[in-house]
Amino acid sequence: MSKARYLNLGFKSLTFLASLSVLAIIAGIFVCLLWESLPALRHFGIFKFLFTADWNYAQESFGALRPLTGTALTTFLALLFAAPVAVGTAIFLTELCPHRLRGAFGTAVELLAAIPSVIYGMWGLFVFAPFLEASVQPLIGKTLGLLPLIGFFFQSKLAGGVNVFTASLVLAVMITPFIASVTRDAFNQVPATLKESARGLGATQWETIRQVQIPYSRQAIGGGAIIAMGRALGETMAVAYVIGNRHAPLDSLFAPYATITSVLANEFNEAAGLQLSSLFTLALALFLANFLALYLGKKLLKKEL
Amino acid sequence: MDLLEVKNLDFYYGSQKALADVTLNIRRNAITSLIGPSGCGKTTLLRCFNRMHDLYPGNRYAGEIRLQGRNILSKNEDLINLRSSVGMVFQKPTPFPMSVFDNIAYGPRLKGQRNLSFLREKVEKALRQAALWEEVKDRLKENAGGLSGGQQQRLSIARTLAVDPEVILFDESTSALDPISSQKIEDLMTELKKDVTIVAVTHNMQQAARVSDYTALMYLGSLVEYDETEIIFTRPQKKMTEEYVLGRFG
Ligand SMILES: Nc1ncnc2c1ncn2[C@@H]1O[C@H](COP(=O)(O)OP(=O)(O)OP(=O)(O)O)[C@@H](O)[C@H]1O
Ligand SMILES: [Mg+2]
Repeated sequence: MSKARYLNLGFKSLTFLASLSVLAIIAGIFVCLLWESLPALRHFGIFKFLFTADWNYAQESFGALRPLTGTALTTFLALLFAAPVAVGTAIFLTELCPHRLRGAFGTAVELLAAIPSVIYGMWGLFVFAPFLEASVQPLIGKTLGLLPLIGFFFQSKLAGGVNVFTASLVLAVMITPFIASVTRDAFNQVPATLKESARGLGATQWETIRQVQIPYSRQAIGGGAIIAMGRALGETMAVAYVIGNRHAPLDSLFAPYATITSVLANEFNEAAGLQLSSLFTLALALFLANFLALYLGKKLLKKEL
Repeated sequence: MDLLEVKNLDFYYGSQKALADVTLNIRRNAITSLIGPSGCGKTTLLRCFNRMHDLYPGNRYAGEIRLQGRNILSKNEDLINLRSSVGMVFQKPTPFPMSVFDNIAYGPRLKGQRNLSFLREKVEKALRQAALWEEVKDRLKENAGGLSGGQQQRLSIARTLAVDPEVILFDESTSALDPISSQKIEDLMTELKKDVTIVAVTHNMQQAARVSDYTALMYLGSLVEYDETEIIFTRPQKKMTEEYVLGRFG
């Protein structure tokens, strides 16, 4: 064989090994998590672990219900806040923004995604939380808080601005750029003649966007949102700063609570025994949820293109 | 009076002049073909008729286009109204991401029509006119993207018909279709001219000769010759026309 062919073969094996190592790492992490989770899973049983709200160090009784619901709730709210803003941003970037400014605005949105999450956490804790507590919380308390039956959920009971609402908003700010850029790319894929067909029937620009462009891109938007959801699920630092990591029943949107990531970030250092194993079980749940979100998101994105 | 009267029309994409001093009258209830080599301005002219160029910045018209006597290039022309009386069908089908029924009902609904039995009638009529009813009458609720290419193109035509246009513009609307679908659309055009006026861009000389009543040859943004199709194809005035239709040029 010639030298070039040897080099080629070497190169191929090298890249193959590199990609194999990625798979090995993922598998390794999964096995480790599972292994370390076993004591807790054996002791409590999967079902009891998932549906118990206890988190009691003294009695060594641990259940995942609060961190799980905390993660689900903050992620859901974050998506709820982020999606309209992101789609609006994408509409602006692709349809309304003057051509000269598109590049600059697009880059600005992408920069937002590049800010390290610990900075979002600090900003959330020192700037955003006090601001929300002073202005938004009282407002919501005085409006939604007066509703019968569900009103209590919108009233502030503890001071500090560190709570589910703040955490969800900080998460929303963090995932907005990603959904916005996926949506923008999807809008750019809409054939010009499709938009022109709608305009040609007498639709306004807004009607075209709402009735043709968004439905045409909905899969990609959904895929982007699900991938963003995966990020929100696993976001640690920002949430750890502003959620409060409180193991108590959630009685208000403006109460501190716990998420999987806040529990892990706060308790991992000092945990041992069953608590440590329970933390590993939480991590395993997060790993699986993340995996699923990424898989579903990519699948939706691919179908579109 | 002819339906569309184009007088000394110039058109600019920014600073680039794409149409120069085009003057022609489009006859009512007839099919007029626009032919000419690639880049000569056929699409550009077609898109002046519904002011589609206004969707993009920097485009400019000069001259006049009269639709039933009214200058549609005037500043206060109502474009939404204009575009529903001048429909357009593109080269590739453009089904909206919704059901067959909703596609056809899209235009009437934009105008505020909510009455379901009226919409049903309208949809059926448009689909019949577009020779698509028999094929889709049991699939009205299905997504339009599931139809075949040729069906989707007739759907685009039916969707345009549902807003009762005066004119329908076809921009190479059969060139992406198989011969049978393409033939169906040709037949359809001949059928439709009872009700509407048709302006069609085509690169297919046989098609222009077969279906159109009038033919206009364009070259480098100008009109070279415009006459009855039979004359253009058998005894044109200009040498260039003769060479073009014989395929010796362009
Ligand atoms: N959006 C645009 N911006 C700038 N120039 C354009 C634009 N669209 C078309 N042109 C130019 O205008 C001229 C006429 O183009 P047009 O698309 O009308 O040609 P056509 O006759 O339809 O060609 P074809 O047969 O290839 O479709 C060409 O020189 C083309 O490069
Ligand atoms: Mg063209």
